[in-house]
Amino acid sequence: MAHLTQYIYIISAALFILSLKWMNHPASSRRGVIAGGLGMVLAILGTFIGFPGADGVGIGFVHNWPWIITAFVIGTVVGVPIAYIMPMTAVPQRTALSHACGALAAALVGTAEFYQRQPHAETELRAFIMVALVIETLLGYLTFTGSLMAMGKLQEVLPQRPITYRNQNAVNFLLFAIAAGLAIRLAIVPTDTFLFPIFAALALLFGVLLIIPIGGADMPTVIAILNSYAGLSACAMGFVLNSRLLVVAGALDGSSGLILSIIMCKAMNRSFTNVLFGAFGQVQMSTGKAEQRTYRSASAEEAASVLEAASSVIIVPGYGLAVAQAQHKIRELYDSLTRRGVDVKFGIHPVAGRMPGHMNVLMAEADIPYDKLVEMDEINGDFPQCDVALVIGANDVTNPKARTDKGSPIYGMPILDVDKARTVMVIKRSMNPGFAGIDNDLYYMDKTLMLFGDAKAFVSELIKELPARVAA
Amino acid sequence: MPTDLELELFVFMLATFLGLEIIRKVSPLLHTPLMSLTNAISAISVVGAILVTGAAGATFLSKVLGFIAITAVVTNIVSGFLITDRMVKMFKRREEKK
Repeated sequence: MAHLTQYIYIISAALFILSLKWMNHPASSRRGVIAGGLGMVLAILGTFIGFPGADGVGIGFVHNWPWIITAFVIGTVVGVPIAYIMPMTAVPQRTALSHACGALAAALVGTAEFYQRQPHAETELRAFIMVALVIETLLGYLTFTGSLMAMGKLQEVLPQRPITYRNQNAVNFLLFAIAAGLAIRLAIVPTDTFLFPIFAALALLFGVLLIIPIGGADMPTVIAILNSYAGLSACAMGFVLNSRLLVVAGALDGSSGLILSIIMCKAMNRSFTNVLFGAFGQVQMSTGKAEQRTYRSASAEEAASVLEAASSVIIVPGYGLAVAQAQHKIRELYDSLTRRGVDVKFGIHPVAGRMPGHMNVLMAEADIPYDKLVEMDEINGDFPQCDVALVIGANDVTNPKARTDKGSPIYGMPILDVDKARTVMVIKRSMNPGFAGIDNDLYYMDKTLMLFGDAKAFVSELIKELPARVAA
Repeated sequence: MPTDLELELFVFMLATFLGLEIIRKVSPLLHTPLMSLTNAISAISVVGAILVTGAAGATFLSKVLGFIAITAVVTNIVSGFLITDRMVKMFKRREEKK
């Protein structure tokens, strides 16, 4: 039976790999989810049937069933409603929460193993096992509190602005150095059990301090980094428990988080260290200029006539659109224009939304076909031939200053080349600069029409204007 | 004979490179479902949590910590796979619409 379990684990690992491979295209993604779920069920069953014996070898029986079954029931009862009730705008918060849960589990298992194995410390807590165990618990505890902080910021129960104080980086570094020092000491002398709670507390505290100085705009990167940590923590658990399945699954998760955070960093022209230690908030305050600049505004009627005359339109949605709950209205606008023979596409910036790929999910939820959702690098070539670019709830990712103004905090960030379209229309509440506080040159161009109002209300008006004109 | 550590490092190295190659090919359309899927998969630590909780000589501390760990990861497994499924079902092409 023990061997059977090992073979089941091999199948599980293969299913996990296939699962991620099938995420390469929306058409096969559903199969990917099913493969992953199947791999998980097999792994759990395999663990039950091939449970190791009391001496660590051979086959044994699972004890403490009431504990295990109760935990499974609670987890399921909590998990199902989360999956179905959670609105798509709140997916980033849920993801942060699940990173916290996963990391907590890894940390607690590591902690339990540490104390459980104390009586046989010489053989069961050898140096390499202890190294893996301290990595598992360090990453686990810091990702747990860090993810809770990220969730608080996303849910807006914590201030989104970076929370900074004097010598922040020095304090954080010192704290981390102490935690690392304790970790090394524990790896060498695992029987110093009194050090372990201190080590765990420092890791928990470090997780909080690591995330509070990071601003709301950087959350997509932070979530990806925490994803990576949670995976690596599970991977370290694999080393402790001598389980290759855990090593493989953890490494897949770790590398996924790594790639996503690299993509996010590139999309904002930032480096890892800059995101983690840069405290974005410090640069922006000084750039407020009082200078009055002129812009053109237009009514829904005028805007509708421009859209009607266009043959190609690119819509650039930002998170503001989701906040205004305007996704379904956008879908109606899309239908209405498409029926008139207008070619409508959507330009999606990688950091649009609150986590990697978030805007695509929000648009897909509104039934917009995914082949119309075009990523930045592909759509940028289309702007010069496009009649109208309609920007809704996006700001910094369309700011031409990122290309031209070396002094701007967003200089060098890849943007959607909205300013190259023949006509630009921007739906916005007012001329107030956005969250980052940077004035957007796009709004003052001769070819730009500012459409003032709530995104949902304005788009509804646009739709109303469109059919009226056909009838006339 | 290689030790367990050496074997595991080898597996780790291979899995990391494989992961990097596979994830690089994932469509940016699906980055959000990808993250919730990998998160659900990393809840494979449920194996470790079961081993700790169900061990014959599990101390009370082990049982309590293991219990919390199983609850947390089972929540992740259930909500993770279901919400990922809910998301990927939303991605439709035009001709697939009613």
